[in-house]
Amino acid sequence: MNWQVMIDSLPRLLEGAWLTLELVFVSGVLGLMLAVPMAMARVSHRLWLRVLPWLHIYFFRGTPLLVQIYLVYYGLGQFEAVRESLLWPYLREAYWCAIIAFTLNTSAYTAEILRGALQAVPGGEVEAARALGMRPGTVWRRILLPRAFRIALPAYSNEVILMLKGSALASTITLMDLTGVARTIIARTYTPLELFLAAGVLYVVLAFLILGGFRLLEHRLSRHLRA
Amino acid sequence: MDLQGFGTQLASGTWVTVQLALAAMACAIVLGLLGAGAKASPVAPLRWLGTFYTGTVRGLPELLVILLVYFGAARVLNAAAGALGHDGYVELSPFAAGVVALAFNYGAYMTEVFRGALATIPRGHIEAGQALGLGRRVIFRRIVLPQVWRVALPATGNIFLALLKDTALVSVIGLQDLMRETAIAVGYSKQPFTFYLAAAFIYLGLTALATAGIHLLERRTAHGMRTLQG
Repeated sequence: MNWQVMIDSLPRLLEGAWLTLELVFVSGVLGLMLAVPMAMARVSHRLWLRVLPWLHIYFFRGTPLLVQIYLVYYGLGQFEAVRESLLWPYLREAYWCAIIAFTLNTSAYTAEILRGALQAVPGGEVEAARALGMRPGTVWRRILLPRAFRIALPAYSNEVILMLKGSALASTITLMDLTGVARTIIARTYTPLELFLAAGVLYVVLAFLILGGFRLLEHRLSRHLRA
Repeated sequence: MDLQGFGTQLASGTWVTVQLALAAMACAIVLGLLGAGAKASPVAPLRWLGTFYTGTVRGLPELLVILLVYFGAARVLNAAAGALGHDGYVELSPFAAGVVALAFNYGAYMTEVFRGALATIPRGHIEAGQALGLGRRVIFRRIVLPQVWRVALPATGNIFLALLKDTALVSVIGLQDLMRETAIAVGYSKQPFTFYLAAAFIYLGLTALATAGIHLLERRTAHGMRTLQG
């Protein structure tokens, strides 16, 4: 085992870890913003509202993330209209393609988690809110969504860890995330065991940090349940 | 969708994907049983090993594990072969590396599934077996395993679906699976969207088939069991 190469590559691996965190954070926030209306539509009584999010969720949960990334990164350029559009300078970039693919992917999983949580909110609480004369919009904002977020939190922390691990696929479309940096250094030094292990340790550290953050958040959100 | 004669290529890639998924899942189940056994063991170092295994592997990206096994195992294998006086170059095929890496990865998830399922077996069932004079192996095979399997099946199904999709990653180390065959077709046809969409639908078909299979298995193992809803 060549320890020196591990120590020497640490600064660059940390830079890669930073990009990994950035990818997870940006697509996580965007995915959440997309997931909330989808989950709301999924629990609707109107069929036409339910169909579109259902198709989205079915496709993105049923196909490999790698296919989704390739569809966005290599696939979109097939169309003349896309290449001539104003968005092409962005869609050409591996970074934005990764963000788009990760966002669409995580929004599907998150929407399902939120749907389960929404359906777990006790019906009596909604009835109580209505009895108090709250409008539907207020019930969503003040009762249903906050309650669902609290219920969904443990499952959502799992999803974020899965996203962290899935973000390694960004390295397949040339991005210099943690895995990407490790692969580039290996191509030069040919020390795969050392660098992949070092990257692995950093991923586990990142996972612990994220889980720690969620534990803090959960602790804060359950203040009212503690004496 | 016009596949321009690449249909047979995609079909052969699909077959490799299916074989990889089934082989890796079988190994992951064995590994999961071993892991759950280690975690429930009275021997402390075995318990630590089990905890270390599930704790670290579940935090590692699948892609990293595949790369680590493919490139790392070659060196370990060669070192071992060298120590045994063998002086050729030993290489792990992408398929073997894929099976080992995916099994290693999903074995950790299976360990947790089996651990949870084992905890649902009433202690009295094992004591009843002992009272009947059955050996430890017979108790495990005839009393514990069938019940564990029934409890573990739904979670196992979810894990298989995740594994099935993760087989796509093995294309990165050159396995001629569905993903790689699709990339080859894209290289010739210059129609990435068409072909990756075709691949996506084939994966959708595979996951739909797997879901139906799991459902059937669940119904069979639940035979004779009372359930809450029909």
